[in-house]
Amino acid sequence: MPFGNTHNQLKMKFSSEAEYPDLSKHNNHMAKVLTPAMYERLRSKQTPSGFTLDDVIQTGVDNPGHPFIMTVGCVAGDEETYEVFKELLDPVISDRHGGYKPTDKHKTDLNSNNLKGGDDLDPNYVLSSRVRTGRSIRGFCLPPHCSRGERRAVETLSIEALASLTGDLKGKYYALKNMTDAEQQQLIDDHFLFDKPVSPLLLASGMARDWPDARGIWHNDNKTFLVWVNEEDHLRVISMQKGGNMKEVFNRFCTGLTKIETLFKERGHAFMWNEHLGYVLTCPSNLGTGLRAGVHVKLPNMSKNAKFEEILKRLRLQKRGTGGVDTAAVGGVFDISNADRLGFSEVELVQMVVDGIKLLIEMEKRLEKGQSIDDLMPAQK
Amino acid sequence: MPFGNTHNNFKLNYKVEEEYPDLSKHNNHMAKVLTKEIYGKLRDKQTPSGYTVDDVIQTGVDNPGHPFIMTVGCVAGDEESYEVFKDLLDPVICDRHGGYKPTDKHKTDLNFENLKGGDDLDPNYVLSSRVRTGRSIKGFTLPPHNSRGERRLIEKLSVEALTSLDGEFKGKYYPLKSMTDAEQEQLIADHFLFDKPVSPLLTCAGMARDWPDARGIWHNDNKTFLVWVNEEDHLRVISMQKGGNMREVFRRFCVGLGKIEEIFKKHNHGFMWNEHLGYILTCPSNLGTGLRGGVHVKLPKLSTHPKFEEILTRLRLQKRGTGGVDTASVGGVFDISNADRLGSSEVEQVQLVVDGVKLMVEMEKKLEKGEAIDSMIPSQK
Repeated sequence: MPFGNTHNQLKMKFSSEAEYPDLSKHNNHMAKVLTPAMYERLRSKQTPSGFTLDDVIQTGVDNPGHPFIMTVGCVAGDEETYEVFKELLDPVISDRHGGYKPTDKHKTDLNSNNLKGGDDLDPNYVLSSRVRTGRSIRGFCLPPHCSRGERRAVETLSIEALASLTGDLKGKYYALKNMTDAEQQQLIDDHFLFDKPVSPLLLASGMARDWPDARGIWHNDNKTFLVWVNEEDHLRVISMQKGGNMKEVFNRFCTGLTKIETLFKERGHAFMWNEHLGYVLTCPSNLGTGLRAGVHVKLPNMSKNAKFEEILKRLRLQKRGTGGVDTAAVGGVFDISNADRLGFSEVELVQMVVDGIKLLIEMEKRLEKGQSIDDLMPAQK
Repeated sequence: MPFGNTHNNFKLNYKVEEEYPDLSKHNNHMAKVLTKEIYGKLRDKQTPSGYTVDDVIQTGVDNPGHPFIMTVGCVAGDEESYEVFKDLLDPVICDRHGGYKPTDKHKTDLNFENLKGGDDLDPNYVLSSRVRTGRSIKGFTLPPHNSRGERRLIEKLSVEALTSLDGEFKGKYYPLKSMTDAEQEQLIADHFLFDKPVSPLLTCAGMARDWPDARGIWHNDNKTFLVWVNEEDHLRVISMQKGGNMREVFRRFCVGLGKIEEIFKKHNHGFMWNEHLGYILTCPSNLGTGLRGGVHVKLPKLSTHPKFEEILTRLRLQKRGTGGVDTASVGGVFDISNADRLGSSEVEQVQLVVDGVKLMVEMEKKLEKGEAIDSMIPSQK
């Protein structure tokens, strides 16, 4: 093959010590796991498409991390990455996903009927509800590694599949590269537009190459169901609406996702999935369900309570600012979502959000009245 | 780069049209030259180290350019890039270097005694003088492509060579990764420190990988001779001092460079050079001499004269702000340097700067007295 492993063969002339990255100032999952001996064993390998160990770890080498925030520091370039480099990725996955073992099985449950309640989160507190996940299309390399031809094929397939959705899910695709100013403004106002990544965590992995070629946004006419094409994953699928009816959001999410999966299968393309890792995505942190279900919720009193962090932890929830990951909360409004991705099903994760938010609002109401919340403290879920 | 789609083995399964980049909104040398046909011809080739055409062009694909500034849009990953991808690079070189033909020969002249004058530029106007160039060490791949092992070995060889210098060249090496705060402050105050590149033109080419591993700054005790290790090129060599004695700056430049080259040769590492392209560097714009000889000069009146640009063009000079490339001038002080790199020798280029700046200072003095400069407008050099 013309590309073979030549770029990697040259490096093999240098000893493993000479090539092993300096991780002494690093604080990410990859750096915690990758010993010199492990590097030596893995450095001559490549996946069938040619993704190598240095490809997997480049983002983690270039981004030492943060003393308080533990980033993942490695990415997959294709489905086989998780197998060929399991010696590195299994411990990373275990560390990141609460002790998940190489022998564990992941359960997928996208039957929204299994969700109990969730249609009555108090809209005086819950401003909006949202569920997102990612999907990778089998047979193509992932965003850190895919070629322009592959990325365009992913886009073409996605557009075909999405264009055949009907009813509540009927919608339109907006390619990033030929969006009009008016379309762009509308998408920004709707909080739908994604832009070229600026985070060095993403850039260093190579996923912004050729921007904005073959990237785009599809959404239904009702503006409640949205798909990002070729951003950090092949597809990001988002269901959202104002208010606290998480059940409806999750219903639409499951229905839409299932329809899309069927349409892809009809065209000979399954989603990457296996019974150990669930849905396979670019970042090891998104394996399993790849699901983040959350609400924007007003918790000005709760968030100042000394036990807030502890409560979130016990409820298996995490907080973010209303701009998403790595942003600050504004006006006491927080983005609260499930912390887990792997080892729990979709229904289980959304259930945790629904139950947890209900409890947090109860606590907020207590604190408003100057009452104690001690009897409401939950056990570790 | 050794990552990204460059070694994606699946690419050749896609047709040329599918892989050919969308350059419709692009304005750089690569985009002007790279037709689908040329891409088709080059896409299954690689250099001995595994560098491919997608590697060469990635930075130009990711950075469409500017309507007024013509960037190069391609880089070399090793010495052989200029041969294997000559179908692309020869026309780019021709376009960038004033019609330089594939059959042309480049003259190297680092004999500073061949420079006429240059020791008396008026220090009331010329604040500082500087000459820089780059050098690549034969047998290693270039910054967009090299591995950590290669980069570290380049650093090791460079440090050995530089620490053996004596007399006016006796100095010290400061690796970026273990610099103390005090050392860093001093290097910033001396205008010596280089930092991790932020320009997407450079980061998209892959040359900032593994930062700051194996990067550093060496300078002599007198602070007039400085070497950057593993920034955009293996070595950047800089001679500089306050005032207008360009002759002295160039003398030190030539003598220092000569000594460094000798030491590298003794260890069987010549610099990359050939009689067609002169010194081989990462960016095609720096081929030939790789030399930029310039001054910081006060030209508040001349710079606002309508013929300023025309005068610079005729003198084969270019202006920059005092922060270097892509910065603005402050207080009428400009960085004026030679525009050419390839097709003329080092002595010839520095001569152009010396003669040109002398003329412009004379013009500035005339304009100060309210006199016309029409009779002084030079012919095209």
